[in-house]
Amino acid sequence: MAVRVQREDFDAGAEVRRLTAERTDIGAVVTFTGLVRSEAKGQPVSTMTLEHYPGMTEEELRRVEEEARTRWPLQASLVIHRTGALEPGDNIVLVVTASAHRQAAFAAAEFLMDYLKTRAPFWKKETGPGGAGRWVDARDSDERALERWR
Amino acid sequence: MTRGTTVKLLYFAWVREKVGRAEEAVELAEGVETVADLVAWIKSRGPEYAAAFERHDVIRAAVDRRHVQPSASIRGAREIAFFPPVTGG
Repeated sequence: MAVRVQREDFDAGAEVRRLTAERTDIGAVVTFTGLVRSEAKGQPVSTMTLEHYPGMTEEELRRVEEEARTRWPLQASLVIHRTGALEPGDNIVLVVTASAHRQAAFAAAEFLMDYLKTRAPFWKKETGPGGAGRWVDARDSDERALERWR
Repeated sequence: MTRGTTVKLLYFAWVREKVGRAEEAVELAEGVETVADLVAWIKSRGPEYAAAFERHDVIRAAVDRRHVQPSASIRGAREIAFFPPVTGG
């Protein structure tokens, strides 16, 4: 069970190997990686800058992780979220869930992402080639995605 | 809330840009009991605050690093943050 907020990139494969090393009780690992796209709503994106609320971000991610663990039998979980200036193709977020069986791992990974997107205090600012920055608006669909977990 | 209570206010994303600062310590006015009271008081502090909090219905708040509703009490709070809906992930 771990939560990391960092500027550095991550290696999903290395994180999974670390998580499953010398364990034989894990039957399923699900990973989700979110990446920066070069286009948003028809506008080119050259830089995506992620601001966050140090302290609250980690606490909120831990609360979401604890909630996932009360709902599904997870052997391990990991959330890594990057901050700072990122470029198209860069990794933004990694969620890894491990369980004895796939259903719990799939569901918990989706739950973690849905809650992270609506609860963790991160804000994205996209900058186009012209240098004009714009804050990304929250999506109603992200809020609606939570309804299935209630 | 008694007179003389100091709290740290934090602003993020476009709220921070419009206010023109990331954080400040303020002494709360008497009668400021809830997050909504605090927003109304902040808006009265100057044009940059009025502009930043003009769309106060979309601004979210956290008291001591927990999401709260506008009706939440700020009694005893040390740190109160204001920000747009979050967009991580």
